[in-house]
Amino acid sequence: MTPAVLFASETGAIAAESAGWFLKNAWVFPAIPFVSFLLILFFGKRMPKKGAEVGVAALSLVFVCALAAGAQWVSHVNSETGGHGAEPSADTTHEDDAPSAAAHATVKAEVEPGAEQAEQVHHVVHPVVTEWKSDWWTIGRIDFGIGTFVDGQAVMMLFVVGLISLLVHVFSTDYVAGDIRYTHYFAFLSLFTASMLLLVLANNLVMFITAWELVGVCSFALIGHWWEDQQNSNAALKAFLTNRVGDIGLLIGMIVLFFTAGRGESFNIIDINVAAASGAVSHTALLVASLCLIAAVMSKSGQFILHTWLPDAMAGPTPVSALIHAATMVVAGVFMVARLYPVFFSGLSIAGSPINALAAIGAITTMVGGSLAFVQRDIKKVLAYSTVSQLGYMIMALGVGAWTAAMFHLMTHAFFKACLFLGAGSVSHACNHSFDMKQDMGGLRKYMPRTHVTFLIGTLALSGFPLLSGFWSKDEILAGTGGFGLSEGANGNYHLMLVMGLMTGAMTAAYMTRCYWLTFLGEWRGADSPNAHHGTHGHDDEAVAVTVLAHHDDHAAEHDVAGAHDSHDAHDAHAGLPHESGPRITVPLMVLAALATVASVANIPAAFSFVPASWRLRFEHYIEPKSLYFPKLDHSEFSPVIAIISVVASSIGCALVVLYFRKVQAGDPKATELTNGPVSRGGLPKLAYGVLVNKFYLDWLYTDVIVATVKGPIARGANWFNKCVLDAIVIGAATVSKRIAGFTYAVLDQQVVDGVVNGSGIKAAETGGFLRRMQNGRVQGYAALMFGATAILAGVLVLAI
Amino acid sequence: MWLNQFLLLGALLFCIGVYGVLARRNGVMVLMSIELLLNAVNLNFIAFGAYHGTPVGQVFALFVIGVAAAEVGVGLAIVLLIYRNRSSIDLESVDLLKG
Amino acid sequence: MVAQNIFFAIIALAMVASAVRVVTSKNILHAALYLVVVLAGIAAQFIITGAEFTGVTQVLVYIGAVLVLFLFGIMLTRARIGREESVDGDRRWLAGVVALLLFAVMAYALVDAFDTEALDAQNALEPQSTQMVSDAIFHDYLIPFEAVSFLLLAALIGAIVVARKE
Repeated sequence: MTPAVLFASETGAIAAESAGWFLKNAWVFPAIPFVSFLLILFFGKRMPKKGAEVGVAALSLVFVCALAAGAQWVSHVNSETGGHGAEPSADTTHEDDAPSAAAHATVKAEVEPGAEQAEQVHHVVHPVVTEWKSDWWTIGRIDFGIGTFVDGQAVMMLFVVGLISLLVHVFSTDYVAGDIRYTHYFAFLSLFTASMLLLVLANNLVMFITAWELVGVCSFALIGHWWEDQQNSNAALKAFLTNRVGDIGLLIGMIVLFFTAGRGESFNIIDINVAAASGAVSHTALLVASLCLIAAVMSKSGQFILHTWLPDAMAGPTPVSALIHAATMVVAGVFMVARLYPVFFSGLSIAGSPINALAAIGAITTMVGGSLAFVQRDIKKVLAYSTVSQLGYMIMALGVGAWTAAMFHLMTHAFFKACLFLGAGSVSHACNHSFDMKQDMGGLRKYMPRTHVTFLIGTLALSGFPLLSGFWSKDEILAGTGGFGLSEGANGNYHLMLVMGLMTGAMTAAYMTRCYWLTFLGEWRGADSPNAHHGTHGHDDEAVAVTVLAHHDDHAAEHDVAGAHDSHDAHDAHAGLPHESGPRITVPLMVLAALATVASVANIPAAFSFVPASWRLRFEHYIEPKSLYFPKLDHSEFSPVIAIISVVASSIGCALVVLYFRKVQAGDPKATELTNGPVSRGGLPKLAYGVLVNKFYLDWLYTDVIVATVKGPIARGANWFNKCVLDAIVIGAATVSKRIAGFTYAVLDQQVVDGVVNGSGIKAAETGGFLRRMQNGRVQGYAALMFGATAILAGVLVLAI
Repeated sequence: MWLNQFLLLGALLFCIGVYGVLARRNGVMVLMSIELLLNAVNLNFIAFGAYHGTPVGQVFALFVIGVAAAEVGVGLAIVLLIYRNRSSIDLESVDLLKG
Repeated sequence: MVAQNIFFAIIALAMVASAVRVVTSKNILHAALYLVVVLAGIAAQFIITGAEFTGVTQVLVYIGAVLVLFLFGIMLTRARIGREESVDGDRRWLAGVVALLLFAVMAYALVDAFDTEALDAQNALEPQSTQMVSDAIFHDYLIPFEAVSFLLLAALIGAIVVARKE
């Protein structure tokens, strides 16, 4: 698209001069996969590789461009902050002599009061904003435009989305090979990526909402990829509808922001952020807005009580799960909070408080997700709940003011979670496309060495094994809580968050060890081993049967379904033992495992003085915005105490699980659970197990309680209204008239009033009969009512004005 | 010439069209009446465009003509479908919404 | 100006009379043919106000295409050619009341707002050239234009899908 044709008054690139081409022309990022989507959709079936080559090529291009953009951003930051100086110096003059910079152009006159604040911001790094305004869409004083808003956060997301999506594309060429909707699948992968990139680069709220909804639509299409099965299309619908619930919050929150922070004139994200950060907007408005937006985050990013769609979304193909969980979709909510951070920071009074809604929701979610991951038999569901838990970490980090830690964790989590998901896909590829850890896996270490090693690295990174990336990012979050004064320089003192974070760390290590053990250690329990189903009729099923509502727990059915679909004939050669997957599956795994290992160098703590200063805190230096549109945050220091506690907690969690499985498999290497474990003995453990297996009864609550109680009465009410409300009114009127008549009859002159009363009664009944005929189902009758009512209303308006 | 003579003509055509939409039982005739409505609107667009001296009135009239063409196509397809299912295009017999 | 007014009056009378016949005629084919008169009258009014291009488009699209479509519709639904008593609903009085009410409101509003304002007072009735129209469409209104073209495509596909036999 050429702006010159589309938009008459191109306001031009109001980008800093030092910014590189990719930063100024960031529209290429969503454009490339979008073009790829169209190409695959229309011509994919005729291509030699059925469209997959277009997708892979497009994503390679996006990834290369993202690398270039990253390099240009680094040099942009360097030129704005004056070289590599890690020590911040009061460089306030810089703010004034950058007239072409974006913050200046967009911040406009309203931030004159914020000028003093600008002096406190040491290095001002201007984001690169390019905007096209349209001539034809102007309402009042609002010009709707489209544009890109590139800063460190966006560049980081470009890199992550581009990389994960590329690897997922490569992985998919093998994984879904031979699928009936192979071309369609790749088309939607491209569109999914395009939507996410658009979301990342959006510079106004309208674009943001558009991209947000596009992401939702694509996830719907991909989760329901094998829609022939009711289960899968139900999961897709559940994902979509649960997201609608939160989208209402998003819409209301954005409208509130538009009218308060945007002063009813601007949808621009920078304008809104500047207004929110400068304190010019009332605190109540920001509080309302941030609470509404939290609802959106809860649905999109799978936060507790609206997280239930995420595990069900496992019905989609595994690479899609990897994409959804690592790079697109679920991180959209986290990204939104990070993008509109001043709104949350001021609205929820994050600085200096002990608790707030965002941090509480995040902390609860980490615990819920972590505990639910324990009882899953499906390897993908373990990972899904783990994602819920880790997203809770990110939200918690944002809630306690550890913005950089949240973004860092987002990045590292993307690496190791994508690695784990793709590893799970590789495993199921080898195990007859089953995802059931207890029934069809075990002992895969011997058969799939490369998958095993990468999965192990992912597990360790997720569990917070020292020196791997997950350890550093999680530690930063925990230090950022500032609980019990264990870390210096945090924004608040969130004791509870620290405790819950540590507990979740232990739980994470435990359930990931369980997952790893069931999958890779022990002996293979697959279909070809002599007593395949040995020991699997354990307490799972019993416990479920005991619980009152066994309705949603159909592990077996679910994974059979998934298995049936995952098995796409090309791999019927599974006669023997499991085997290692091909290079198109293992290479992405190795890349991700490598990144999961080394990503920690991106943000080496400042306290590590043995590392050169220009290597420390690079992530914070380049990614965290330093401008008027971002609140002034404090940065917590690395805390050895917290690090040690968290490592000890994780080790305990890990060790308990190892001991448990040692005991379980002491007699029979194929066993997966104790024959007389606490769960089967009843009592509290059994109860707890039942609660967990039923996912805290949330699904039951939604479908059976809320929907059922609401649906019935509404339907009946509507029916009742349609059929007899008019009659009832009329008859009621008649009854009342008759009563009054009776009263009058007794008290006043019966002879006079009698006739009138009877008359009114009869008239009322007649009117009722007449009104009832309006509900005759004829469209024209309704149209007549509509036109007549419009005419009367218009007449009233004309006469009144 | 007055502006109002065009607007009143448009209003009159519109109301005749409304009468047709409400009174006709034949599906095709209802569609014809809808054409009257759309043309009445177009007349207003053109009149206001001339009044303000801009071509925008014409632009939107052209858009309306395009949309009307689409509307007739889909509308007639629906009428055909009704005819095929019920062997009649009497709209009074289409009353599944009856309460 | 007088000539224009006379033309306007003649055409308007013909249009209103035909429009009334469109909605009252018992013969569906006659109704369609009266509709031609109304549409042609609209085109003539466009030309009187100086919108030649739109007037020509009106003739091409409505009389050339839409009317033919109607005739096909009449043919395909096997309507009786000739008088038919059942074309009008039994509640014409309600339709008449609603239409009169609507006209009363609109007429009052229009007379109230524009009274006797001259059409050519501020902008002498210059024919707006086709160039101006095309400039507006392909510059300022390009995206709505593309949207309309998409709409037409969608309607085309939709009409085929709805109307085809299984």
